[in-house]
Amino acid sequence: MQAEIDFSHYLKSAGSGLIHLDLAVEGINCAGCMAKIERNLSTIPDVTSARVNLTDSRLALEWKAGAVDPALFVNRLAELGYKAYPFERDDAETLEAQRAQGLLRRLGVAAFAAMNVMMLSIPVWSGNVSDMLPEQRDFFHWLSALIVLPAAAYSAQPFFSSALSALRARGVNMDVPISIGIVLALATSVIETVNHAEHAYFDAAIMLIAFLLAGRYLDQNMRRRTRAFAGNLAALKSETATKFISPTEIRTVPAAAIQPGDIVLLRPGERCAVDGNVIEGRSEVDQSLITGETLPATVTPGSAVFAGTLVRSGTLRVRASAASGGTLLDEISRLLDHALQARSRYLRLAERASRLYAPVVHATAFLTMLGWLACGASFHDSIVTAIAVLIITCPCALGLAIPAVQTVASGALFGSGVLLNAGDAIERTAEIDRVIFDKTGTLTLPELDVANLADIPGEVVGLAGRLALSSRHPVAAAVARKAGAASPLPNIQEEPGQGVYGLHEGSPIRLGRPSFCGADDLANEILCRDPEASVVAFRYGEFKYVFAVRQRLRADAADVVAELARMGIAVEIVSGDREPAVRVAAEQLGVHEWRAGVSPVDKIARIEELARQGCKVLMVGDGLNDAPALAAAHASMSPVTATHMSQAVADAVFLGERIAPVLAAVKVSRKALRLMRQNLWLAVVYNVLAVPIAIAGLVTPLIAAAAMSGSSIIVMLNALRARAREAV
Amino acid sequence: MEVLIILVPLALSLGFVGLLGFLWSLKSGQYDDLDGAAWRAIADDEPASDHGRSK
Repeated sequence: MQAEIDFSHYLKSAGSGLIHLDLAVEGINCAGCMAKIERNLSTIPDVTSARVNLTDSRLALEWKAGAVDPALFVNRLAELGYKAYPFERDDAETLEAQRAQGLLRRLGVAAFAAMNVMMLSIPVWSGNVSDMLPEQRDFFHWLSALIVLPAAAYSAQPFFSSALSALRARGVNMDVPISIGIVLALATSVIETVNHAEHAYFDAAIMLIAFLLAGRYLDQNMRRRTRAFAGNLAALKSETATKFISPTEIRTVPAAAIQPGDIVLLRPGERCAVDGNVIEGRSEVDQSLITGETLPATVTPGSAVFAGTLVRSGTLRVRASAASGGTLLDEISRLLDHALQARSRYLRLAERASRLYAPVVHATAFLTMLGWLACGASFHDSIVTAIAVLIITCPCALGLAIPAVQTVASGALFGSGVLLNAGDAIERTAEIDRVIFDKTGTLTLPELDVANLADIPGEVVGLAGRLALSSRHPVAAAVARKAGAASPLPNIQEEPGQGVYGLHEGSPIRLGRPSFCGADDLANEILCRDPEASVVAFRYGEFKYVFAVRQRLRADAADVVAELARMGIAVEIVSGDREPAVRVAAEQLGVHEWRAGVSPVDKIARIEELARQGCKVLMVGDGLNDAPALAAAHASMSPVTATHMSQAVADAVFLGERIAPVLAAVKVSRKALRLMRQNLWLAVVYNVLAVPIAIAGLVTPLIAAAAMSGSSIIVMLNALRARAREAV
Repeated sequence: MEVLIILVPLALSLGFVGLLGFLWSLKSGQYDDLDGAAWRAIADDEPASDHGRSK
């Protein structure tokens, strides 16, 4: 099936007659996989390079143009046991990668400068207490200036530009005190060097820059990794669409290659990969991923369909449209913009800390200067002491305190199957006191499942499953999947819209609508008990059985709800589905607060009402109808099966069939927030110890350097404690 | 102390060479896959007969 994919969209010329292809590969998780894949693929003739990136689970291939069919690689990987999909780096990921690399380059420059300056500073420190000649000291200071000034001008640019833009917007951020500290430290050092003074702070300034850049790089690298993984997930979904390349001819192309106006064919059992309008055909569709409604709807020419719609019975032709067109989509986009604006007003912990921090530090430095002047010190000495206060309080540990914890915690979350989308997601998730779950696709599994398997003999299930392999109807597919059927029965025919039938060992066998199998009474009995189920009947000779197929709750949903309640977090279900369906789910899970038939507007209204009452809500949802609520909530999570829009706005995405990652996210985030606060307090304690020394005018460059590295290392070590994984 | 005239430029140029080396390694993508690189270092070498190039 993979071989049908059109690779041309993903092939890139690598120059000199070479072609480059990037593949996202599922299941690369050890060095063995890496060696196996690289060795195997490099034996293909004309392949010039096959290199696995273990961090991002990707494979970069290059080969001579025209020599190899790209499908060969995918097939070869499949033989080795890996699923591979072509992928394209999106703009956001490229941007994050460039930023991370830029920061690493600046960090390298700053670190090299810091090391070389230390080589000059240590002789000065030791020489000041022994017999260094003033001329030698001046020479070493000038050399330090020669190294540090250009290095600082280059590597501190991120702080300067961020501080400038904050000042232009008449605000203050963390970078303002940092920039002031750096500039003053360098300026004083130059002036002191000119005046043949004993102390210069070149080493402290460049060390400060290096430590702060390390914090920035950690933060940026975390974002880059998340983006890369999200890119893989998008590729692994391998969304393809069947496009009409002429009025009669079709071709399977990647969904990314579909342009507005293209006409796409949708067959039963396929999930629509684009938004558009039906122009031909009529079918039942499952829109549960979009509206949360589990009952199928009927679409006819003119109806809007959205990416994620599952076609159940008939074949459709759809004209792909740009983002507008569907009223639902328009409304959701509008709500989304509004909610995202509100979220951008959230103040991160680091920002809150810096708002308190900057005025206190600057006031302390100013008072120090006034104090020394009042005590009769010279103007020069007072200024130098005030600047020493600024240097020693410069938030070296503060700049590392939060990114270090975030990096470590996001690694721990990754291990629990949670991927963070937003840098401040951990802080916000830690603060929540109420969880709102969507039902369809979130508490339930998105795949259909056979509910009454226990009532049907095993051999019947097996046989029905093999028969069901001949049908593309999603309900039949659920039976086949549940039966674990692998070998389809021979000579089976399909009666469109009814079911499949044939002969098996001399007896007629059929699977389909209850009326098609003469099993209406059995089906009605099931539907009376469980109005939410879809039924599919099976008849073999005189035996008749009816399968009830429905979305099943995630296996651990009840445990997670109970555990959340134990942690004192209120749980609520807000669903777009109809009342009976939501009531049943709520009862099974023991959730007392639930709302059914809620529109996207009302979901937001509910969240805003709770926010006014002072609740901080974690919204967990997957549908297009949940997207605005995900953006409006204090924090949000989506399963990986969610629609693109929901995944893009959610703070975190969780993998797998279990819902336990939601619990893990809350626990890890709470622990991480605790560590962030601890780290901030450690930084404060350090300041409380160091500032009196600075105010007393006793800070030498040696003390500044030792204090700075000491506090940074303590903060880093404390952050590592976030690594201990929560047992969930 | 005249030895400083040789030693200081020497030390600085060595530092500069180190920096250039770092910038080169960054540019050639050696920090793109830190997990993989950690394993490549201890992986067994390919037998020479397997394939001409070792990747």
